[in-house]
Amino acid sequence: MTMLSFEKKYRVRGGTLIGGDLFDFWVGPFYVGFFGVLTIFFSVLGTALILYSTALDGVWNPWKISVAPPDLDYGLALAPLRQGGFWQAITVCALGAFISWALRQAEISRKLGMGMHIPFAYGMAIFAYFSLVVIRPVLMGAWGHGFPYGIWTHLDWVSNVGYQYLHFHYNPAHMLAVSFFFATTLALSMHASVVLAAINPGRGEPVKTTEHENTFFRDAIGYSIGTLGIHRLGLFIALSAGFWSAVCIVISGPFWTRGWPEWWGWWLNLPIWAR
Amino acid sequence: MAEYLNLFTRVQVRGPLYAGTPIGRDERYRGKSSGFNYLIGKIGDAQLGPIYLGHLGVLSLFFGFVAFEIIGLNMLASVNWSPIEFVRRLPWLALEPPAPAYGLRFPPLHDGGWWLMAGFFLTLSVLLWWARLYRRARQLGLGTHLSWAFAAAIWLYLVLGFIRPLLMGSWSEAVPFGIFPHLDWTAAFSIQYGNLFYNPFHALSIVFLYGSTLLFAMHGATILAVSRFGGEREVEQAVDRGTAAERAAIFWRWTMGFNATFESLHRWAWWFAALCPIAGGIGILLTGTVVDNWYAWAMQRGYAPSYPSVAPLLIDPALSVGGTR
Repeated sequence: MTMLSFEKKYRVRGGTLIGGDLFDFWVGPFYVGFFGVLTIFFSVLGTALILYSTALDGVWNPWKISVAPPDLDYGLALAPLRQGGFWQAITVCALGAFISWALRQAEISRKLGMGMHIPFAYGMAIFAYFSLVVIRPVLMGAWGHGFPYGIWTHLDWVSNVGYQYLHFHYNPAHMLAVSFFFATTLALSMHASVVLAAINPGRGEPVKTTEHENTFFRDAIGYSIGTLGIHRLGLFIALSAGFWSAVCIVISGPFWTRGWPEWWGWWLNLPIWAR
Repeated sequence: MAEYLNLFTRVQVRGPLYAGTPIGRDERYRGKSSGFNYLIGKIGDAQLGPIYLGHLGVLSLFFGFVAFEIIGLNMLASVNWSPIEFVRRLPWLALEPPAPAYGLRFPPLHDGGWWLMAGFFLTLSVLLWWARLYRRARQLGLGTHLSWAFAAAIWLYLVLGFIRPLLMGSWSEAVPFGIFPHLDWTAAFSIQYGNLFYNPFHALSIVFLYGSTLLFAMHGATILAVSRFGGEREVEQAVDRGTAAERAAIFWRWTMGFNATFESLHRWAWWFAALCPIAGGIGILLTGTVVDNWYAWAMQRGYAPSYPSVAPLLIDPALSVGGTR
């Protein structure tokens, strides 16, 4: 089961970015490569640090494991391990693992003669994480502005930071991000549905064609974006969701410190309303 | 280093406009107008139209228009029919549901009656649109997958505006119409019931929302990356596998040890997208009807963290003897 029936002819050497042939091999279904080794190194070290940290806290309920960033007093300095140093080291490991993973995707893309769309798309997720734990804390002057690594504690952080700005739904970049998330889910459901509907048209019906897919959406809403266009659109709106998420939190604090509902005052005070 | 990433269509080929696959007698309901648009053709199919306007579609649009007008005219009335103030304050304007005192009765028009009627016509419009999508798919000989995905969204809509208010015994529980007002409702709802983040179904719903976005990013990027091998022709690749499908599958196999096929990927996608409103609807339905305070509920079940240093003893006043309930 490690290899698909057609896989052997694709397993050829070359395409690596670094390390030549040294790590150009597979383990089971996984491609390794230099960046695979690096990913393993960072993720094992990061996971071990989380386990060590929670062992010192004596917390073994997975829902309650949490690694908090340093106190604001430490500013942008290194903190002792148990006072946030763990969080700092784990953040370095996470970024190392994520970036290695993206570069490994680039190597695999090169190996298969594919475009670089996937590592680029993954890069947007890394950018969003980087914004949360590096860009914003640096702009605010303390690592303590990062979020804690815990299943429920990170939600508390989201909640608390949201209410610091009174009502985060009024953040215009947050509005854009949420709209893109909803639009992506809607578009995904429409795309998946029409493909499944063409392949599985029901008992006794022959499999349908692209012309049927296009006709369905033209009949229903007057436009069909087409098989190539939907993947361009889907990629764009999915990445926009990530991009505006990063923007909405980076502007909160460094560029706007009051409640977000207040921000909309500029609209109410435009000179065009004057009589 | 420069390589062609197929982000835009560089050469647009213009054939004749396509009227659509044949549907027999009902083709008379298909509009005659269609045309090409160059800019749209840069990213997608350049052809706009024709649209099919049968009875279901026309009725759905009509009732949707009625709801839209009720909402808009009420908002206009709320600024004393001043068009300038209407535009200026539009994001803040609302058509609010009735006050709690009315329960499930029909309130006076100015006190939530219009809200009830707008909701009724909007629901009618949405249900007719569902029937239209079902009929369009059936007539073309396609599966009805899209209708059932749409039904998942309608479920969340009905829970918010109809089913939960019924269970709570008051229309006042429902969501107002309006841009900022519905956001205010969402925030107030979360606070009132002890932070919705601790509602496991809300958490699941967000998992599927983010998961759908992740899946579409992965899928869109994969297909574009193999579009040089014809990967966007998914139905053909699903029934007759070519090198595009093989490379796409192997990419993920080498990356994470697992891969979908060109068909199964769309099943993952369908379920992720559909489960977002399905789980969300369950979460909303349980809030206030079964669970009063999600944070307290999570504490009792031992999964919510407590913060003894900042909040030593947290007692929800609503749960204490002689509380508000």
